[in-house]
Amino acid sequence: MHRLALPLFAAIVALVPLVPGVSVFWITLLDNIGLASLVVMGLVLLTGVGGMTSFGQAAFCGFAAYTTAVMTAKFGWSPWLSLPVALLVTGLAAVVLGLVTVRLSGHFLPLGTIAWGIALYYAFGKLEILGRHDGISGIPPLSLFGISLVDPRAAYYVIWGAVLGAAILTMNLLDSRTGRAIRALRGGRVAAEAFGIEPARMKLAVFVYAALLAGLSGWLYAHVQRAVNPTPFGVHPGIEYLFMAVAGGAGQVWGAIVGAGLVTFLKDALQRIVPALFGTSAQYETIVFGLLLVVILQVAKDGLWPRIAGLFPSPPPAPVDIAAEPLPGRARATAEPLLEVADIRKTFGGLVAVNDVSLRVKRGEIVALIGPNGAGKSTTFNLITGVLPANGGSISVSGERIDGARPQAIAARGVARTFQHVKLLPEMSVLDNVAIGAHLRGEAGFISGLLRLDRAEERRMLGEAARQIARVGLAEHMHKPAGSLALGQQRIVEIARALCLAPDLLLLDEPAAGLRHFEKAALADLLRQLRAEGVAVLLVEHDMGFVMSLTDHVVVLDFGTRIAEGPPAEIKRNPAVLAAYLGAEA
Amino acid sequence: MDSTILLFLLQDGLTNGAIYALLGLALVLVFAVTRVIFVPQGEFVAYGGLTFALLEAGKLPGTAYMVVAFGAAAFAMELVSRRRELAARLVAREAAFKLGLPLAILFLAKAVVAAQPGAVVNLVLTIAIVAPIGPYLYRVAFQPIADASVLVLLITAVGVHLAMTGIGLVFFGAEGLRAPPISSAVLPVGPIVVTGQNLGIYAITAALIVALYLFFGRTITGKALRATAINRIGARLVGIRLALSGRIAFTLAAVIGAVSGVLIVPMTTLYYDTGFLVGLKGFVAAIIGGLVSYPLTAAAALLVGVVEAFASFHASDWKEVIVFTLLLPVLLIRSWTDPHSDEEE
Repeated sequence: MHRLALPLFAAIVALVPLVPGVSVFWITLLDNIGLASLVVMGLVLLTGVGGMTSFGQAAFCGFAAYTTAVMTAKFGWSPWLSLPVALLVTGLAAVVLGLVTVRLSGHFLPLGTIAWGIALYYAFGKLEILGRHDGISGIPPLSLFGISLVDPRAAYYVIWGAVLGAAILTMNLLDSRTGRAIRALRGGRVAAEAFGIEPARMKLAVFVYAALLAGLSGWLYAHVQRAVNPTPFGVHPGIEYLFMAVAGGAGQVWGAIVGAGLVTFLKDALQRIVPALFGTSAQYETIVFGLLLVVILQVAKDGLWPRIAGLFPSPPPAPVDIAAEPLPGRARATAEPLLEVADIRKTFGGLVAVNDVSLRVKRGEIVALIGPNGAGKSTTFNLITGVLPANGGSISVSGERIDGARPQAIAARGVARTFQHVKLLPEMSVLDNVAIGAHLRGEAGFISGLLRLDRAEERRMLGEAARQIARVGLAEHMHKPAGSLALGQQRIVEIARALCLAPDLLLLDEPAAGLRHFEKAALADLLRQLRAEGVAVLLVEHDMGFVMSLTDHVVVLDFGTRIAEGPPAEIKRNPAVLAAYLGAEA
Repeated sequence: MDSTILLFLLQDGLTNGAIYALLGLALVLVFAVTRVIFVPQGEFVAYGGLTFALLEAGKLPGTAYMVVAFGAAAFAMELVSRRRELAARLVAREAAFKLGLPLAILFLAKAVVAAQPGAVVNLVLTIAIVAPIGPYLYRVAFQPIADASVLVLLITAVGVHLAMTGIGLVFFGAEGLRAPPISSAVLPVGPIVVTGQNLGIYAITAALIVALYLFFGRTITGKALRATAINRIGARLVGIRLALSGRIAFTLAAVIGAVSGVLIVPMTTLYYDTGFLVGLKGFVAAIIGGLVSYPLTAAAALLVGVVEAFASFHASDWKEVIVFTLLLPVLLIRSWTDPHSDEEE
């Protein structure tokens, strides 16, 4: 987004009501678009960025709207005083529902939101204090300095002020340490946890944030409409919000406003035009709306905003300060060996994938774990990094047991890894992908991300990421989407991400696969450099030339069992190893 | 609560549950094959029930014209999307399936209405009218975006649901309809009375479940559908046509919907928009079945029916709240016990 786009948009928004000929009708329509935009912006973060599809956002509007309706219409509070209460109630409801919802996996999550969305809709309509199906009327309008904002033009400024504020906060958040962690959720749980991100907590935070935006919209709605009833808080409106997010381009903050505008405008136009054309006897507008919905999605699967944004030249990427002060390091453990694996065992049902394997890696040593396909090498990696629980044996880092620990805790001890199947976010830039590796070295949270209090740390974080990218030789690709790189290069990006953790132990799963000759040579140089710096490296690799020329020690697995270990020169002549690889009695 | 009420509620719950089971099975089927969460399933129930009620009343149902309109739309879509490979044979074949077939159904319906041959013929005709709407619908709305995300497919399904509800209002009007029972037999069992209608519902539900089981387990088409459900790319590589699988799934869904509609329209007054809530209950069952398991879905549907019957007796106001809230713990348990991770979407 261009630097001037936001002030320009704000100026246009401010001037619209002053244009002669813009009637109250249009202002009211724009008010409704603004109210919807707030909810959809939350959905953009929740669904488009965080990957959680919610049909229940309208229910959160309901929590806030009913809270303020009861407090102002029944107990005579001022709307401004009821705002924090309304948001608090919405937030608490979101925490309770969120604790359940973010634990649902796969398709169960959207279905869960449908379930509580419907239940809440019926509950709103049954409760005596909420006026049952008739709802609550006689809600006072907002007023500011004694001036009533009952005029749609006045309300317009409040609503769109809120929309702009929410847009700025949301964009700030996406461009922060927390924002990267949220985006990392879509790349799968395993990669996020390997760098210390807590998926459940992150999801809950996003869930509550989205609910609060919906709550703000609901509070405004109650005081603009001056009456509430259950209808706008059911699952149908919830679906409509989701449609707005998809039509605008889920994942884009500006897409939220575009989507809300398009759908609200279309619905209104249909309600006026279609009955005039076909008569009012049947609800032809529902038919046309439904058909339009189908057509829009067939024409623009990724939503409208990417198409609109494509019309403008994309702004140059923000400069990165490669000389930024380094992030604080971690107190290094000194006990040797750095990694000690003793008799670990992993069974899947009746299959013994890792059979009492032992190995040790010292500081400043490169150890290779080799073996034919299916030998249990990647499973061993997953046991060391806590992705899978071991069935027996022990794993220690610097003498402290880590078996049974969560992946985040293991990462915090300076264990970083890459993956056999690349786990990057293909649409995110190389820089942002790599910066995820530095997650544990920063501490800026949700709120400081929203309010831009994290800039100093953020500069150091991106500086660190840029340094590591330069170190692995991909500086020229820094701002490209990670998915646009060749697969071999993506593996190198994963190494840069791991280096951002300032690891004591680096686990590399087939780092040389898909690399060209000179790239392999550069990778070998990099690993030698790291060894000289005292980093311990454990790598799985099939390229024997690469392994034998680089490593100090080789461990060979076959069918989950260690069949040999020793210096490379010995391993090359070991009859058991030759038999495993060549299938012959050598 | 005495035992008579208990038995009565149980019977009521099982009857409704059987219908939910049918719809749940259809939803699972459509989702497994096409990844579409088929919100408009309920519309097929309404279309089927109302079509049958009108036929029983000796009137020509609007759906007979609707099927012609849907067929024409699908025909147009097919021609536009395959405009590069148009040949006389292709056009003739498409015209036969998408224009000829619905016109034949329309004339048949007119003949049947004139002849008034009775409930069984009306039942068959109802299925013949409603069933083709399924594949035509798939062709028009879903086939062009078959590779889109589950979310986009779902939103499309909502669009289809809105349009079909509106079309239902146009063709059937806002008045509710009810049909005379297919069988007037009654069978006293202890203190309660089991009607022929009830027995028919149990029998047809059981028969459909067995038929689906045989279809998926024993026929090559059924196995192809299962292959599509498990791995779309793999299915394509071995020569299974995804579009065809989708059309078959939607045809089955339409048939199941129509049968459900015919079964319930003698028991309760159906409106053009009743289908949604009925479909939703089937949906609850399908969710409990994890959108994959047929037997679990059928069992869950019976449970939903019984829970609903008891909830409406004790706290009729809170019936829906209870049914849908009970879903949450089930989803949680399924999330914990299911082996699938959220790694790959």
